Amino acid sequence: MATETTAAEGSSLVFHPMDQFIVKPLFGDGAVGMFTITNVTLWLFLAIVAVVLLLVLPTSKRAIVPSRTQSIAELTYGFVYKMLEDICGKDGVKFFPYVMTLFMFIVSANFLGLIPTSFTTTSHFAVTIPLALAVFLTVTVLGFVKNGTAFLGLFWVSSAPLALRPILAVIELISYFVRPVSHSIRLAGNVMAGHAVIKVFAGFAAVAVISPVSVLAITAMYGLEVLVAFIQAYVFTILTCVYLKDALHPSH
Amino acid sequence: MATEPIAKEVAGSCVDSYGSAIGMPQLCFDWFPNQIFWLVITLVVIFLVLSRVALPRIAAILAERQGTITNDLAAAEDLKAKAVEAEEAYNKALADARAEAQRIAAEARAEIQAGLDDAIAKADAEIAAKAAESERAIADIRAGALESIQVVAKDTAAELVTALGGEADAKAIDSAVDAQMKG
Repeated sequence: MATETTAAEGSSLVFHPMDQFIVKPLFGDGAVGMFTITNVTLWLFLAIVAVVLLLVLPTSKRAIVPSRTQSIAELTYGFVYKMLEDICGKDGVKFFPYVMTLFMFIVSANFLGLIPTSFTTTSHFAVTIPLALAVFLTVTVLGFVKNGTAFLGLFWVSSAPLALRPILAVIELISYFVRPVSHSIRLAGNVMAGHAVIKVFAGFAAVAVISPVSVLAITAMYGLEVLVAFIQAYVFTILTCVYLKDALHPSH
Repeated sequence: MATEPIAKEVAGSCVDSYGSAIGMPQLCFDWFPNQIFWLVITLVVIFLVLSRVALPRIAAILAERQGTITNDLAAAEDLKAKAVEAEEAYNKALADARAEAQRIAAEARAEIQAGLDDAIAKADAEIAAKAAESERAIADIRAGALESIQVVAKDTAAELVTALGGEADAKAIDSAVDAQMKG
């Protein structure tokens, strides 16, 4: 067993779990410039296609009694709408297209990334950081525009003892600025880790003795990844709603 | 994974000469502008598709369905009220009919009773008349009988007197018989 592994290491047992995340031009072998059409472009656009297939085409008949696909579109709509309304209240509803865009993009990209040999756009910080920063900036600007300086009350925990408040304010301030970091790294990290683990298991499949275990492990990981794909999109969206609530109602 | 080395300037600093990733491709800042550029385009497109087409459409569908359900419920409520009304009308008609029947029956009964009373009264009157007539006839007969008895008595007395050898004095016999009859 040990000799076999050592022997395999030389020839076929090669791990490149991160190669699936390499950005490369779709046409030709040139360098990746800002406007180069790359595999990122392809899979981002496929996410648009997925959104259209999920929400636009099935509802084109506007049936009172929905077909199965229209039902799915309506359920998705209701799911995000209810989440937003439950957390932010009635005045949060005007941000629904924004929140829905985030949810639909992330969920589509996550599931597209589960197609074998596909490219997972949401595994890249370059994708999740702009998403999280956009939420962070929206919430901050909205908070100050709607509440003025009262928005700073978010950091001043008036229910705590007076002596503790400055300390809590520092903690709150730090946690506020850590939000976009955790918000973006959580999504990309989860997606990337799962995909990399699957690739590592796939590398082991080259060894005949352990390949059944490897295939089983890949299957199990894939099931987990299906769960993660949805849960991370859900978590990202629900956190967006929670942050929006802070901007709309900054009191604790 | 390319098997032959590729030019360093093409691969950039994130991919080795065999096309494999150096470290995490996620941290390759050479690719950031490209990814962010296409991401922004994607998000804008999705946002426009959702806010212009998909979301208003689904909202309209849901509102329309809600409206239809509300209308149907109202219609059902209407129909139910109508059914209750119809039942009430039916019950009322039934009660009316029953009352009418009772009235007719009572009338008929009264009419029959009146006829019966009439007939009884007539019969009573007839019976009374007949009884009176009979009484009169009996009285006549009785009177007739008395007279006959007087005549017979007088005749018998006169005959007796004659048979005893006396002279039958009609006047004396009459008065004697009358006196006896009265006594």
